[in-house]
Amino acid sequence: MSKWFFPASVACALMFAVSPILIANAPFESTMGLVQKISYYHMPSAWIFLIAAVVCGVASVRYLFGGGARHDRVAWAAAELVVLFGAMALVTGPLWARKAWGVWWQWDVRLTASLMGWMVAVAYILVRKYGGPGSDKLGAGLALFGMANVPFVYVSVNYWRTIHPKTTVVPTLPLSMGIPFWFSFAAFLLLFILLLRMRVRLEEQRAELDAVYLSLE
Amino acid sequence: MITFRRVVSGLLLLAVVCAASTAGVQASQPSEPEQLSEFVPIEDLPPQEELPAAPLLIAAYAFVWVALFAYVVSLSRRLGSVAADVQRLEREVKKR
Repeated sequence: MSKWFFPASVACALMFAVSPILIANAPFESTMGLVQKISYYHMPSAWIFLIAAVVCGVASVRYLFGGGARHDRVAWAAAELVVLFGAMALVTGPLWARKAWGVWWQWDVRLTASLMGWMVAVAYILVRKYGGPGSDKLGAGLALFGMANVPFVYVSVNYWRTIHPKTTVVPTLPLSMGIPFWFSFAAFLLLFILLLRMRVRLEEQRAELDAVYLSLE
Repeated sequence: MITFRRVVSGLLLLAVVCAASTAGVQASQPSEPEQLSEFVPIEDLPPQEELPAAPLLIAAYAFVWVALFAYVVSLSRRLGSVAADVQRLEREVKKR
């Protein structure tokens, strides 16, 4: 593993240990009160979910158009993280919505598109695991659909009437709420980079294992 | 080794649980409110009608922490297992 990995892991663990303190000290939102504090983990996990889908899509495009096995490994690793961070966003969101909006779920454009993006990532993993020969190309094609869905998820709230707030909420956060939010986002982003590196390393080791098996035959 | 059959049966189980929980959620959704003829002070409402925020907040944070922990443990175990296999096979190659 790279030299930066261990110090970055320690920094990430410290950031996750400090984030609840910052979140607890942040002021309450005027209409939602305590439950709004879910946003400090919900929104970063949702953003990383979208970032991971873009990483998976870009790596798949590179792989499809002349890229090597390295791009395929990154795509597979990112797809697994789309499922992980997507699950976080899709579970924490309804817990927030139940109190704030009075419903667990609503089939609005953002929620439906997010669920679809998550299911595309699950499909990618199933295809890669059980698809047999050629599943790498098929999976890369699926990842393109997942990436194309991302801008749709993000801007949908500005064009369709939905109970989700518009994209203007985060840029207008007051400093007292902005500091814990951006700190949490930095922690999630660092975690994503570390997990992606670890997951790519696993694929590298699997390739190494295959090479050793071949040399034995 | 996770087989395709196990994944399919797991997905089927998940679908059944989701369907059951959806039915439960629909039953617990607040129905259309009745037309009011007067305002009722909040002190007069039974306390069980108020949905507390703390359990939802704790559940959200707990889910994130548990999911992250489970994923890191799973990834470490997979890395350890593959590294052990590589080392074992490399020793076998050297012996030959």
